[in-house]
Amino acid sequence: MTSTVLSSVGSSSAAPATAPHTALKVARYEISNIIRSRWLLAYCAFFFLATDALLRFGGDGGRALLSLVSVVLFVVPLMALVFGTTYLYDAREFTELLLAQPVGRGRLFTGLFLGLAVPLSLALLLGIGLPFAWHGVGDNAQMVTLAVLGGCGVALTLSFVAIAFLVAVRTEDRVRALGTAVGIWLVLTLLYDGLVLVGIALLSHYPIERPVLALMVANPIDLARVLLLLRFDAGALQGYTGAVFTQFFGGAGAAIAAGILLLWVAVPSLLGLRAFRSKDF
Amino acid sequence: MIPCTDRIRGWHIPASLRFALLIGVLTIARPGQESTAQGSETGIHVAPATALDTGIATQAVVEVSPTGAVSSIADGIRLVRPGGRVVVHAGTYREPMIVIDRPMVLEGEGWPTVDGEGDRELIRIRASGVTVRGLRLTRVGASMTEDRAAIRAMEVRDCTIVGNRFDDTYYGVYLQSTEGCSVTDNDFAGIPHASEALTGNAIHLWSTRDVEIARNRISGHRDGIYFEFVRNAVVSENVSEQNMRYGLHFMFSDSCRYDRNIFRHNGSGVAVMYTNVVTMTDNQFADNRGGAAYGLLLKEIADPVLIGNSFVGNTVALMADGATRLIVERNRFTDNGWGVRLMSSVQDGRFTSNDFSGNTFDVSTNGGSGLSAKFDGNWFADYRGYDLDRDGFGDVPHRPVRLFSILVARYETMLVLQRSLFVGLLDAAERALPSLTPAALVDPRPAMRPVAGEPTAGRSAESALRSTRVHSQPSPRAAG
Repeated sequence: MTSTVLSSVGSSSAAPATAPHTALKVARYEISNIIRSRWLLAYCAFFFLATDALLRFGGDGGRALLSLVSVVLFVVPLMALVFGTTYLYDAREFTELLLAQPVGRGRLFTGLFLGLAVPLSLALLLGIGLPFAWHGVGDNAQMVTLAVLGGCGVALTLSFVAIAFLVAVRTEDRVRALGTAVGIWLVLTLLYDGLVLVGIALLSHYPIERPVLALMVANPIDLARVLLLLRFDAGALQGYTGAVFTQFFGGAGAAIAAGILLLWVAVPSLLGLRAFRSKDF
Repeated sequence: MIPCTDRIRGWHIPASLRFALLIGVLTIARPGQESTAQGSETGIHVAPATALDTGIATQAVVEVSPTGAVSSIADGIRLVRPGGRVVVHAGTYREPMIVIDRPMVLEGEGWPTVDGEGDRELIRIRASGVTVRGLRLTRVGASMTEDRAAIRAMEVRDCTIVGNRFDDTYYGVYLQSTEGCSVTDNDFAGIPHASEALTGNAIHLWSTRDVEIARNRISGHRDGIYFEFVRNAVVSENVSEQNMRYGLHFMFSDSCRYDRNIFRHNGSGVAVMYTNVVTMTDNQFADNRGGAAYGLLLKEIADPVLIGNSFVGNTVALMADGATRLIVERNRFTDNGWGVRLMSSVQDGRFTSNDFSGNTFDVSTNGGSGLSAKFDGNWFADYRGYDLDRDGFGDVPHRPVRLFSILVARYETMLVLQRSLFVGLLDAAERALPSLTPAALVDPRPAMRPVAGEPTAGRSAESALRSTRVHSQPSPRAAG
């Protein structure tokens, strides 16, 4: 397999006109490689079984979706980080081999990134989507919620694979990189919200709705959570304070939220690319 | 009257004085009889004498039509004998305020329109035993100085307002010191695009008793149904929606029943205040959202009974602030922000066999210690216990008040951390070792599956309404 991809990479890079395809070629090879990995299968099977069980035993689709939100927000960033860091170390020899060829580093990095992020996203979408196709989606509102959930899941996958790459490229030691990745996950899922909670309690006498809104938008996991909250807890969010959120996300906020999720993909991957370009393999 | 005379006899009042008192009491009790004596309000129509107007009201049935011999409703009323019928044929009638001063039936055929041209009340009922049916009443302009109504009944008994359409009206039906009236099968649309200050109430009751309000469809008013000082009213199968303020608003109105109504998408939901003995059965309170929106707000109420109601998608489904002997049974609380919010002023509340699912917070409280409420046999979708003895009830008590709901009650902004992993851990820790959540609010016997039953009531109200509309659209029902 490696030899075929090498020959095709080499031949395409020989013709500069088709150079952008190099990234796709690397990605295609990596995807075909990773699809056969047991980890990815397990990842997909996990979502499939979890969704199916929730739909089967949890009553109607609405409640299954509600439980899925917690699962997705918990599992997707963690697994993207863990997969992402180990993957780069596993692909080290392949990377060095390709770098010995006339292959641009940017294209190689893009190819590696897509080679992991695309299968992970597909595994997530398939794992969640298939059981719903099976059991049927309740109504249009649930369909939209499912789409928002899928969108948020994909955005989180892309963003946390990018973060994982950044960590892995900048750290020589595999175990330290894994530790850093899990640390980042802990900070963003637990510590961040804990600090916000304490902050709100301490500053409750000030008008802090907007700063809190900014803090929620600044953390990709919180941002995804709030976007989903707007679908599940709309009633509560239309009370006093929540109105700030519903107004924000009802107007230009939706675009801003999407933009910030994109930033959370773009910034770590660009930083990772910069580190990858200057890295001495 | 007999109890009155008995009591008077008991006081040893001389016979002549007793007779005079009796006459006095009778006159007060039948105020409609003397209505013509005080007909000095502005706008009362005094028609010029015509050939038709012989001054003798002898006809049993008078036909009014724009092109006929009698072309104004006021003339028709003048000609009909007490107990007779005035049939108004299709057309638009613009005339000064119509005063009905004798028992009779005023009936439209082919939806005649009574047009107030934006500056006056349309019909004033000043006699007992009046029926108004099948009219379209429109353009009662808003006023800052008077509560103009399309139909106002004052100090009368047994009026029937059935199957009319009200649109672009400030107040719809205004019952003032009446007894035994009914308002049924009407449509109220309100003034389009008006602000809250410039809309009135669709059905406004002040100091009345024994009223039936049924199968009306109300929207676009300030309050859909407004009660003040009402006794023994039955309100059933109405749909009150998209009103600026409350779908139903009542104060100081004891012993009233509310069955199978739908209150949805109102600015602030339904408010019940300063009242004793309220029974609400099989109603639907839905989608009332906003900073001060409640599916149902109970304030200073004694002996309220809520059975079989559905609360769906409200910001706060049931808010109880100062409720004594509150009974809540077999209600469904679904997809609300707060299912039940109890202030510490609630005394002796009983929550039995209710279903809670999909609410952001099932039960919350402001944490006061004075609160006394018992939960028993309710179903909580969030319940995580088990049922080893298979009796359908969990063996582990359920605490419906989450720690997070107490935090949110204190610091409202924290709401945005809902469903965060951190908050989930906090709740789990508190559930395992309760220290902050009120110990009194616990269901010792939570049901394992839904127990409240199917929400058939709301649907039946809607279908009942639809069927009556189908019948009444082509022509109002024939006179009885």
